[in-house]
Amino acid sequence: MSDIFVLAEHRQDELREVTLEMLTMAGGLGSPVTAVLFGSGVNDFADKCASFADKVIYVDDPTYENFNSAAYQAALVELIKAEKPGLVLIGNTGQGADLAPSLAVELDLPYSSDIIAVTIENDKPVATRQYYGGKIDGRIEFKDADTYVLAIREAATPAGEGGKSGEIVKTDNPVTTEITVKRFLEYVEAAIGEVDITQSTALVAVGRGIREDKNMPIMEELAQAMGADLAASRAVVDAGWLPQDRQVGISGKTVKPKLYLAVGISGAFQHVTGIKGADLVVAINKDPDAPIFQYADYGIVDDLFKVVPALTDKLKGMKG
Amino acid sequence: MNVVVCVKQVPDTSDPDTEVHIDSSGRDVERSKFSFVINDADNYAVEEAILLKEKHGGEVTVVNIGPETANQVIRMALAKGGDKAIRLEDEKFEFSDAVCTARLLASAIKDIEYDIVMTGCIATDDGYTATGVALGQVLGLPHAAYVKSVEVVEEGKLKVGRELEGGIMEMLEIQTPCVLTIQTGINEPRYASFKGIRAASKKEIKLMDLAATGLSEDEAGEAGSKSVMVQYSVPEVGELAEMLEGDAAETSGKLAGILKEKGLV
Ligand SMILES: Cc1cc2nc3c(=O)[nH]c(=O)nc-3n(C[C@H](O)[C@H](O)[C@H](O)COP(=O)(O)OP(=O)(O)OC[C@H]3O[C@@H](n4cnc5c(N)ncnc54)[C@H](O)[C@@H]3O)c2cc1C
Ligand SMILES: Nc1ncnc2c1ncn2[C@@H]1O[C@H](COP(=O)(O)O)[C@@H](O)[C@H]1O
Repeated sequence: MSDIFVLAEHRQDELREVTLEMLTMAGGLGSPVTAVLFGSGVNDFADKCASFADKVIYVDDPTYENFNSAAYQAALVELIKAEKPGLVLIGNTGQGADLAPSLAVELDLPYSSDIIAVTIENDKPVATRQYYGGKIDGRIEFKDADTYVLAIREAATPAGEGGKSGEIVKTDNPVTTEITVKRFLEYVEAAIGEVDITQSTALVAVGRGIREDKNMPIMEELAQAMGADLAASRAVVDAGWLPQDRQVGISGKTVKPKLYLAVGISGAFQHVTGIKGADLVVAINKDPDAPIFQYADYGIVDDLFKVVPALTDKLKGMKG
Repeated sequence: MNVVVCVKQVPDTSDPDTEVHIDSSGRDVERSKFSFVINDADNYAVEEAILLKEKHGGEVTVVNIGPETANQVIRMALAKGGDKAIRLEDEKFEFSDAVCTARLLASAIKDIEYDIVMTGCIATDDGYTATGVALGQVLGLPHAAYVKSVEVVEEGKLKVGRELEGGIMEMLEIQTPCVLTIQTGINEPRYASFKGIRAASKKEIKLMDLAATGLSEDEAGEAGSKSVMVQYSVPEVGELAEMLEGDAAETSGKLAGILKEKGLV
């Protein structure tokens, strides 16, 4: 297969880790790897990419100071037409998911998203992705094309060591018209709350399994008996049962407690990426097939409404 | 402000009793025991559409691709304040990928007058996080994904917030008409009133099959998809947790003991 393009992702002066993960993934597929970097004055990112790629195409232009999918798409369309890569990898991230599907449609290329593994078979990519919240895997095959576009899940493969020294080719901005349909304004940071769960030594995390706001007190009592702070999955925060600053996961906080007790949480990848730094993970879930048990050290398959009060009593008893 | 909102009916996978099993074809799951609900993100999209209508006037049109049972989620959206509905159904739609699904949705949407098209940002079954953004391109419109705030700035212009990793919001201006993929938590979805439910039961749901879309057979379903899910499998799992066995009294006792031994409580 011809070259593999990997779109470098960066935000607020940081090259995002998914870039190196994708470059590492691409490096294992047997074709030359080109990192494509759109940015403004980010030579250090170009250098970093070069240590993971055979070549870096670096478009250094103020247009790309902040992400704008319309600008990125216009530029990628030109680059892909000119360079004809065999495969284009883009992160299935807040940026990439805003870009990759429409790029593939504009170029009429085969596309699939949230991919966790890629192999090359008969000179074509074959991809693996998850369905039903991680309970089922699916094998994705593609109809013949010159170029395939895949959006890759963050943290699907760890980034390697690098050690390459790809050539950095500075390229003029392939887009000369002004982008008017969409305009970047600013970034707004997440609000800081009362409790900083990134510093907690013990967390009791509540998921949708708690079912209703009025059931929250049993979790509060457990947290108190454990000397832990309360955290939550996104489902609980979306429902308004706990404030946003308690959310653990990819769009919430990354936590590193000594103990993380996940109660009624299914273990979606967007949640568990936030608990990689936890020392001990315990999960209570009624569903024996819940993915959370793959990330836990200890598990209890049972109704939380039975286990949680019992555990609270036991812990209180031990203190008394 | 006319809004089109795409809603998908999905199995309720948050129910611990919903077991997901691959069927004999290897390309679908056993659906007979599922209870079905509106896709989580779409529930928020419906609410956002109705909030815009209440504030700025206009109509909300609900669009679905799905079997007759999906009328249930369509009717619920109508009961909450939706005005019109279209459901697309044809066996030739089977195995459509996200891009193809977008093309099918677009075929129903293109003749409607609208300012904004909304989808959910992710479906809880397929989880492509792609259909809405692909739909934008098929319709030739700008789009924004993972939208968690929408504000009308002036005629033809919105200010939207896209939620990124770490909960950071990317604020941007976007021209209408456009497609927004709505992220969960953007609002507080309402419950339908009895009056609304009664009124919705009388509203017409327009049906479209492949012929009505104006698309050809090779533009729909597997034939119209450049990516094809050929085989489901049970994921290889790494090391599972050590399971504590027994009734709640026993398991909680064992866990309390472990935590104590490790000095964690
Ligand atoms: C862009 C994006 C970003 C996201 N970011 C995050 C994030 O930062 N954090 C996050 O958490 N999610 C995030 N999500 C959402 C994520 O995909 C899941 O939807 C979410 O984590 C599900 O939360 P949950 O596990 O509480 O609910 P569900 O997935 O609905 O799981 C509920 C669980 O409770 C169990 N249960 C039910 N009743 C009982 C009972 N009586 N006793 C015991 N167990 C019971 C069920 O078996 C089930 O496993 C994000 C999604 C997207 C698309
Ligand atoms: N069959 C369908 N009918 C209506 N809308 C759909 C359908 N499939 C996907 N969508 C829309 O596309 C969104 C994202 O789906 P996905 O790209 O699969 O994650 C959903 O939240 C829906 O709004």
